[in-house]
Amino acid sequence: MNSNHTDTVSMANQMRQLCLKAISRAGSGHPGGSLSLADLLAVLYFGGYLNIRPEDPRFKDRDRVVLSKGHACPILYSALALKGFISVDDLMTLRQSTSFLQGHPDMKHTPGIDMSTGSLGQGISAACGIALGLKRQGIKAHVWAFLGDGELDEGEVWEALSFASAYGLSNLTVVLDWNGLQIDGPNKEVMNLGNVKERFEVCGLECVEIDGHDHEAIAAAYDRALSCHTSPFGIIARTVKGKGVSFMENQVGWHGKAPDAQCLEKALCELGGRL
Amino acid sequence: MRSCREAYGMALVELKKKCPQLVVLDADLAEATYTKFFRDAYPDDFFDCGIAEQNMMAVAAGLSTTGLIPFVSTFAVFATLRASEQFRNSVCYPELNVKVAATHAGIECGADGATHQALEDLAVMRTIAKSTVLVPADAVATRALVFEAAAIDGPVYLRMGREKLPEIYKEGEIFKKGGSKCLRKGSDLALLACGSRVKTALDASALLEESGIHASVYDLYSVKPLDTRAIAEAMRTGLIVTIEDHQRNGGMGSAVCEAVCESGACRVIRVGIDNSFGRSGAFSELEKIYGIDALSVVKTCRSALDA
Repeated sequence: MNSNHTDTVSMANQMRQLCLKAISRAGSGHPGGSLSLADLLAVLYFGGYLNIRPEDPRFKDRDRVVLSKGHACPILYSALALKGFISVDDLMTLRQSTSFLQGHPDMKHTPGIDMSTGSLGQGISAACGIALGLKRQGIKAHVWAFLGDGELDEGEVWEALSFASAYGLSNLTVVLDWNGLQIDGPNKEVMNLGNVKERFEVCGLECVEIDGHDHEAIAAAYDRALSCHTSPFGIIARTVKGKGVSFMENQVGWHGKAPDAQCLEKALCELGGRL
Repeated sequence: MRSCREAYGMALVELKKKCPQLVVLDADLAEATYTKFFRDAYPDDFFDCGIAEQNMMAVAAGLSTTGLIPFVSTFAVFATLRASEQFRNSVCYPELNVKVAATHAGIECGADGATHQALEDLAVMRTIAKSTVLVPADAVATRALVFEAAAIDGPVYLRMGREKLPEIYKEGEIFKKGGSKCLRKGSDLALLACGSRVKTALDASALLEESGIHASVYDLYSVKPLDTRAIAEAMRTGLIVTIEDHQRNGGMGSAVCEAVCESGACRVIRVGIDNSFGRSGAFSELEKIYGIDALSVVKTCRSALDA
């Protein structure tokens, strides 16, 4: 793909700012896992990888994005806002009772959302179903599913990955946002994830491991995923929870806490923006 | 005599001719659920998901978003309890067009014992928003309700048992979401049943008739939505007895109680499994042990009328 990395880096930065503003306005939400995912989504949405249309969000042949780690939706909503699916004003209604932007993605009411997710482990299964349905009907579209690392504790993830390779879902790419932290602490202290790349490979995925904040590496991995025609593709992306905001980086406390006005200003300042 | 599950497998093959978007998923039980008929006829549209019901349910959700109509089959205990959260969050919340057609429900499942006998499935599936819950009483009703489920745009649960059931309906009988069948009119009390217990209700009404008690019999095959007009009619007898192969709590009998409570006063007695798990055994024995056979129903009716 023709991705101009300067552009995607700038988009990732704007997404981070919008996302933090929205979470701060909402008074609740998940900044840590949103920020760790920002670069992976920025390259996907603004690097030319998706065949999608803001004016016709449900056209049949579109590529699909499933945010299996649904709690990171503020960063996805920010990408959708910058892409024109929703407005920035919409974004600032996040989590309010009159808003169509739910705390976890709602496909029925939000343009650009291809699957309702939030209960961990289920999105990846649904992504498999979408990929299988497209494949069975001869529709040439790609499905991108984003998993969290804590989500790997769910047995359903492994059921889904085995299913993906059993049905040869080469139109499915599974991206793991591996920031290393979940609510109760570091992954390792909560549950033994073992060698994740090996586990993906045992399930039958072709895999690469990358730095999930290096746009060139992300683009290269996406290119490889699209040229893999034999099996589902896995991208293990090493990321930093809270990436881009010094006081949020690697801090488990920022998993599910909204920044107050002061923190928001500080964060935006670091990101080169303002309130 | 044919089992609902066998009729289900046959109906899928027939449905595919009218409904090309139909696909079928199973969790390594195609022989038992009779989806094997569909698998053998349409191998490219049959997806065995292995023994992984949670994944299967959410895969079906994903498939439906691409315009296909998935029927998901396994034993009722796994479909509605192990995968109930997937049904709730991935199917019903986004109102996706997924049909869960499960077999081996109730103690009718028999020899496999308690672990395989779903006694809570109606309670779970009917309380989840946006679901429709249908329970066929014989092979003819099964075929009709498979077609009806496919015609409904949204989540449907179809509950079937394991055993061969006597014929109640003639080919061509029409079954609709929200409907019911009045199989017999009587003025002394009304028996409201679903699934295999419809025949039990008919048997019980014949026994009651011998002692001059006239019972109405209704097949409440649409547990959700309920046919409230039929329930209003049944209430006029002054006594309703519900019969189901399910926990007394939360199932069809509870749904009837809810409707009765909100519309007026009528005594309702619920015949069902009473706060107990099942066990291994022939269904013909188990139905007596657990008090859901015709004689137990007759006894319940008599003592209620005598009181």
